[in-house]
Amino acid sequence: MKAQVIVMPKRSVLDPQGAAVREAIHHHGLPSVKAARVGKFIELELDGTETEAQIHEVCRDLLSNPVMEDYELKVQK
Amino acid sequence: MKAAVIRFPGSNCDQDCHLALRETGFEASYIWHKETSVAGHDLIVLPGGFSYGDYLRAGAIARFSPVMQAVKEAAAAGALVLGICNGFQILCEAGLLPGALIRNRDLHFLCEHRHVRVEDIANPFLNATWTGTLLRLPIAHGEGSYVADAETLRQLNVGGRILLRYADGLGAANEAANPNGAAENIAGICNAARNVFGLMPHPERACDARLGSTDGRVIFDSIRTVLRTRRAA
Repeated sequence: MKAQVIVMPKRSVLDPQGAAVREAIHHHGLPSVKAARVGKFIELELDGTETEAQIHEVCRDLLSNPVMEDYELKVQK
Repeated sequence: MKAAVIRFPGSNCDQDCHLALRETGFEASYIWHKETSVAGHDLIVLPGGFSYGDYLRAGAIARFSPVMQAVKEAAAAGALVLGICNGFQILCEAGLLPGALIRNRDLHFLCEHRHVRVEDIANPFLNATWTGTLLRLPIAHGEGSYVADAETLRQLNVGGRILLRYADGLGAANEAANPNGAAENIAGICNAARNVFGLMPHPERACDARLGSTDGRVIFDSIRTVLRTRRAA
C-alpha cells in the first residue's frame, strides 16, 4: 500500500524556482509556456494499519508547511 | 547569566554563537538536540546552519527534535529565545514565531554584509540601542525570504513586532535594499510576548572588529542588561 503526496507552493506565495524554470524553458525554445511551479512529490510505503487521518496529520505537520504550501494526498490500496 | 546554544545535526554557527556569548559576558554551554531539558538557562540560542541538511524544508525536521519541546516550555515560562538564520527558520516551523522563510527571490545563496534598521526597542533584544539605528550585519542564507499572510503582517506591524528591516546605508527600507524578497523588508520579528526573537542576519559574526563589524554586540548587550535587571528584581 502506498501513499503519494504532492506538495506545491501556495498560489499566493512567490515561487522563485518556478519562475527560474519558466525562464529556462523559454531559453530552451518554448516561449509559449506561461508559468512553471516547482513542488515536491513524496511517496510513502504503508503497511495498511495507518488511518487516512493519521497520514493527513503527517502531511499537515511535517511534509508541508501550511503557511507557504498546499498538499494533495492520494492513497493507493 | 547562563546561555545555552542548541546543537542540531547540521548546525554550523554553534561555535560562533558560543564565542560571541562568552565575549559579551555570558556563561555559555551547548545542549545537544536529543536532550529533553533546557532548565537553568536564561537565554536559549538556536544557531544557524543546515539542521538535517535542510531536508524537506529548512527547519522542518529540527523542530521535532526532543529539545524543542523543552524550548517551547521555557519560552512559555518567559525564558529568552534567540533564533539566528536556521534558528529563525526552526522557530517559524515550530510555531513559536508566525510566518515562514522561503527561497531567496533571486535563488542565490547570499553571503554579504547588509544594513538592517532597528524598528522597535521595547523588547529584550534591542533595548540597548535606538529605533532607527542602522546595524551592519552579515547575512548568509539561501532561504531567507520572509512570508506571512496579510493578517499576520498586520498584527506584526500593529504590535511593534517587526524588530529589524533591511535598509540601505541611509536607512531607507526600500525594494533596492531588500536582499531576498522578504515581505516588507523584514529581517527579524518577535512573538507577542516579546521573548522569542528570530532574525536572518548573524549578529554573532559581528562581535569582533576583525570580522568587519561589531554591530551585533548590541543584541547580546541588550539581552545581558535585561537579564541582569530581571535578576536584581
